[in-house]
Amino acid sequence: MNPVNYLYLAALLFTIGAAGVLIRRNAIVVFMSVELMLNACNLSLVTFSRMHGNLDGQIVAFFTMVVAAAEVVVGLAIIVSLFRSRHSASVDDASLMKL
Amino acid sequence: MNTTLAATLTSTGEAVQFWILGTVAVVGALCTILMKKAVHSALCLAGTMIVLAVFYLANGAYFLGVVQIIVYTGAIMMLFLFVVMLVGVTAADSLKETLKGQRWLAAGCGLGFGILLIAGIGNASLSTFNGLGAANAAHGGNVEGLARLLFTRYVFAFEITGALLITATVGAMVLTHRERTERARTQRELAEQRVREGKQLPPLPAPGVYARHNAVDIAGLLPDGTPSELTVSKTLRERDQVRDVSSEALNDLKALEQRSEERLGRDEEAVK
Repeated sequence: MNPVNYLYLAALLFTIGAAGVLIRRNAIVVFMSVELMLNACNLSLVTFSRMHGNLDGQIVAFFTMVVAAAEVVVGLAIIVSLFRSRHSASVDDASLMKL
Repeated sequence: MNTTLAATLTSTGEAVQFWILGTVAVVGALCTILMKKAVHSALCLAGTMIVLAVFYLANGAYFLGVVQIIVYTGAIMMLFLFVVMLVGVTAADSLKETLKGQRWLAAGCGLGFGILLIAGIGNASLSTFNGLGAANAAHGGNVEGLARLLFTRYVFAFEITGALLITATVGAMVLTHRERTERARTQRELAEQRVREGKQLPPLPAPGVYARHNAVDIAGLLPDGTPSELTVSKTLRERDQVRDVSSEALNDLKALEQRSEERLGRDEEAVK
């Protein structure tokens, strides 16, 4: 097996995540799909790091993880405050700019 | 770049691991977007993330593999579960389409995008790879090598990451903080209001009275055996999470009577 298979897997996971973002209406599940896409990117970065034989790819994957953590904290806070004002976590209900 | 170290194949063990766990990862990802309830999605995603952690370890990224388990499956997924609990476990997705044909269009877009990505990777010439053995060993290990890069070449990015984390923390606190717009009513005012309305003067009845158990989601039973809505909290009522055990109590009673009759009958026979 060539490590390029990891890249195929990462592409597949990224695609599944992207389809999830487009298809699902529940804001939490949309968020999980975004996490899946970020994870797929991390897998490809780690694989590239192995293919090129240096550690820079892993550093970038590390930064991606930090940014993902920050993003999740803020995003989930937004979902909670949306739920408080609308009593629903559906992305369709948040169609007005005004709360 | 040292080309003498280049290889074209990994070990058979890794190939077997890849094909087994890769299947698990893809199935987990599909379940994440196809499950109707958010809790099931979260659990499937956690499974996929653990599989990815194993792949990181297999790729020689030991630090990232452990961080993946601690940060993603440990912290981020638990945060997701917390929010799912806050928002309501049973809040299933509405299956009504607001845009006509959007679901199929999205699935088609996803398929096309996937084919494009995979074809792109297939066309790239990636037949050899250099393994991380030398890079990991250069500074005494994977963690040492990463630390060396992180605190030399990427030190500014690292500092900015700290600022980002602080900002995110403050942002989350600001977003979820709720300012009280009116004064909280005192106990005396609440009591006066109750007397004025005259609907329910004493405290509300406790859940589970006369029922089989006194868990909060079980409505207390009225003397005639029907459940009383008053006894369960408003939130549970709105979410339809009230468990009705009124028939169970009656069935239990019936079973008890039948058993005691059997016992009595047997006893009478024994006496005879």
